Amino acid sequence: MGVAELSPAMASGAIAQLRNIQKTFGKGEKPALAELTADVFGGRITGLVGPDGAGKTTLIRLLAGLMAPSSGTITVDGSDPIADADRVRSIVGYMPQKFGLYEDLTVAENLDLYADLRNVTGQYRKETFHRLLQFTDLAQFTGRPAGKLSGGMKQKLGLACTLLGKPKVLLLDEASVGVDPISRRELWRMVQALVSEGMAVLWSTSYLDEAELCADVLLLNEGRLLFNGPPKELTDRVKDRCRLVRGIGGSRRQVLARALRLPEVLDGVIQGSNIRLLLRNAAREPSPADLNAGPEAQWTSGPPRFEDGFIDILGGGPGGHSVLAEHLPVVPHAGEVVIEARELTRKFGSFTAADHVHFQVRGGEIFGLLGPNGAGKSTTFKMMCGLLVPTSGLATVMGIDLKQSASEARQKIGYMAQKFSLYGSLTVGQNLQFFAGIYGLNGARKREAIEQMIAVFSFGPLIQTKADELPLGFKQRLALACAVMHEPPLLFLDEPTSGVDPVTRREFWTHINGAVEKGVTVMVTTHFMDEAEYCDRIGLVYRGKLIATGTPDALKKMAARPGLEEPTMEDAFIELVGRHPD
Amino acid sequence: MFRRILPLVIKELQMLLGDPGGRRLLIMPVVLQLLLFPAAATLEVKNNVLAVLNQDSGAASVELIQRFSLAQAFSKVLRVEGQAGLTAAIEGQEALLAVVFPPDFSRHLETGLNPSIQVILDGRRSNSGQIALGYVNHILETYQRERADAGTAPKPVPIAVRHWFNPNLTYHWFVLPSLVATITTASTLIVTSLSLAREREHGTFDQLLVSPLTPELIMIGKAIPAMLVGTVQGTIILLAGIFIYGVPFQGSAFLLYASMFFYLLALVGFGLFISSICATQQQAFLGVFCFMMPAVLLSGFSAPIENMPEWLQLITWADPLRHFIVIVKGVFLKDMGAMQVAEHTLPLLAIAAATITAAAISFRRRLA
Repeated sequence: MGVAELSPAMASGAIAQLRNIQKTFGKGEKPALAELTADVFGGRITGLVGPDGAGKTTLIRLLAGLMAPSSGTITVDGSDPIADADRVRSIVGYMPQKFGLYEDLTVAENLDLYADLRNVTGQYRKETFHRLLQFTDLAQFTGRPAGKLSGGMKQKLGLACTLLGKPKVLLLDEASVGVDPISRRELWRMVQALVSEGMAVLWSTSYLDEAELCADVLLLNEGRLLFNGPPKELTDRVKDRCRLVRGIGGSRRQVLARALRLPEVLDGVIQGSNIRLLLRNAAREPSPADLNAGPEAQWTSGPPRFEDGFIDILGGGPGGHSVLAEHLPVVPHAGEVVIEARELTRKFGSFTAADHVHFQVRGGEIFGLLGPNGAGKSTTFKMMCGLLVPTSGLATVMGIDLKQSASEARQKIGYMAQKFSLYGSLTVGQNLQFFAGIYGLNGARKREAIEQMIAVFSFGPLIQTKADELPLGFKQRLALACAVMHEPPLLFLDEPTSGVDPVTRREFWTHINGAVEKGVTVMVTTHFMDEAEYCDRIGLVYRGKLIATGTPDALKKMAARPGLEEPTMEDAFIELVGRHPD
Repeated sequence: MFRRILPLVIKELQMLLGDPGGRRLLIMPVVLQLLLFPAAATLEVKNNVLAVLNQDSGAASVELIQRFSLAQAFSKVLRVEGQAGLTAAIEGQEALLAVVFPPDFSRHLETGLNPSIQVILDGRRSNSGQIALGYVNHILETYQRERADAGTAPKPVPIAVRHWFNPNLTYHWFVLPSLVATITTASTLIVTSLSLAREREHGTFDQLLVSPLTPELIMIGKAIPAMLVGTVQGTIILLAGIFIYGVPFQGSAFLLYASMFFYLLALVGFGLFISSICATQQQAFLGVFCFMMPAVLLSGFSAPIENMPEWLQLITWADPLRHFIVIVKGVFLKDMGAMQVAEHTLPLLAIAAATITAAAISFRRRLA
């Protein structure tokens, strides 16, 4: 991403001020926000980050005047958002996580509707439409229903509708969730252009590489402001503590698990064939021997990232030990082909969503499907788990044709989707009972499996809680528990950590890594490039075709060119998609 | 197989009964309709105004007018003057019907000629009007017969009417058995089709489809809870009819429940079919509505099927409600025999087979 350029002259004084804000929902509950004092300036992007439930959305809704603080004062351009609601609403643009687009209305009709609501009329309306359609690059799609737009285009349309009133302050709540890297960069560039015109932007995000590019960052945790300042300041706190371990012999997942057990190591992630570690403050560097990473292993210090600072200030990651994996039985199919797509094709009318997709996944491997929104990775994924019947070609799991004996094949699959498809009105216990039941567990085996899941994921006190009322992190644990309870040799994960904060995502991958070490095979789709780094191999899907397959490092190597010598995973993604002839 | 269906059924019931809102939604319509229907959907004509234009000055018309005013069917007899007054009374809906005695009515009656009187009905309320006309006729006939008994007139042929199975024409007896059929229809359909659409909206449907459950098992898992709900609701109305409204239950409970099973199966077939072609709960709800209205209209509940044009009568055969209303009334009021029940259950079986097959095909096709 481009570097946020900021000329101090453009940055005017604070447009929005929050002083000593306290917000409590209901008596006796922990405050959603406490003792918060912060400023949002014009002409810059202020990032808003923090784990789930930290109070990000509450803060944004307070600024938008959608609720009143329990105590403290808020001013937006000199006005109180509640007392002077009319004025504040005319200068604040608020784009919630899911912008209220009408899916059956076309792009133009949606714009018309929001222009009417915002009272944008006459010649000015014409000019605004023209400007915004140019700006968002949606001019050629004005006749398309909003429901038929890709995820990235929907967000752009949402942004266009938000910008209709020419706001001075733009509040974006997780605007880039579920959007592919290419559209994400476009969105970022658009917001950047707005900022250069003097607009103040508050950008809440769970992508920390986005936060890193902001001028300022507000970091919330459990309703408290832990950090307020330029992201570099936070990154600098960990600048000598990042290490890359290269040339690992043996399983890098096991090395990571061992590393995370060391007292000196605060956090660690897999990055292609290497692992990346964050050491504790003033900790000595562990020797490669402690990791048992093989004779070739080398330590180099790596450049610090904002994410390291984030994890550091939150007191470290969740650790590398998966209790879940401990309880899973060893799956014996290591190295055999367990998932296979043979010339898999799917047509919708005249549109070919998947075009002769061909790949194999071996036992104990993590295979990732990456691609822009609407490129066909979901279609491919759905065919592989039997949700969609291919037009031609063959999809097999464990050697079973999904067309022939789907039921038998599906017994081998654990499935988890981004929406955590749990029954929200059922309790945690009822959900576990149900999923154990439909996978044919009964009697003592069922009881044991459920008890095990309760113990592994600490569901004990929550067993009577309805799934809808669980915090996001627990929803994800429950979804994972329901998917693995029948001990499937294969796991299908469809954007499993979309919209989840980095700490929760790490915990999730600790379990997945542990399961893979037991021989479980994983097929995953994702938009998070750091998640892609966990994969053993990646298939890049574009325009219905598999345009590249290989290890994360191999894809990066493929993408490397003069001027882009050491591409990140995201660079590689964009480069390889861009190279593909249209 | 049953082992895998059971969790589906339990889950469905937990979701239906788990939250207070859902429970209320299942119970309230039953209670409300039980209270309202027997009171509101009466076919008796009471409390109506009868207008009288009396151009006669004899004793006979006065006597008859007195009899009209004593009859329960008419709360008031409105005397009008002249043709204009009569027109105003009917047009302004002051009176449901009007009786005109011609100037020579009493004289003709005395002389043994058969005089005629004119009755004007409000065609906008034709049904009630027809029934009220029946009362008027009845009063006239009684009057004539009494005169004959007194020897002052020739005796007309006496007609003795006896209503079988409902001798006093208590309309509760007619309405309540039909309610067993109609109320269960609504909830069974809604439970089946909305629950599937909800799963689609929430993404849990995909979660079911990637499990080893086949689409057929998922359908059975949706059908059983809906049928349970229908049976329980039907039983509540049945018991309320017998013990609260005092409708006599003449027939065999076994036959009633056996046929109810097939009736609910046919409904579930429709519900599954509707949900198999709908993407959202909203669509499913509209779908249920589109089915419900004609199903009730064509069932014979509100209008006799024999009065419908022939092509429409043929269509009513596809309406499960039509067959079940016959059974439930028959078993309730006249101890319908097993053979007759079977005769009306057979079409239900055929409807169930057809709709369930259609739903299964449509389901499979959507997956492909």
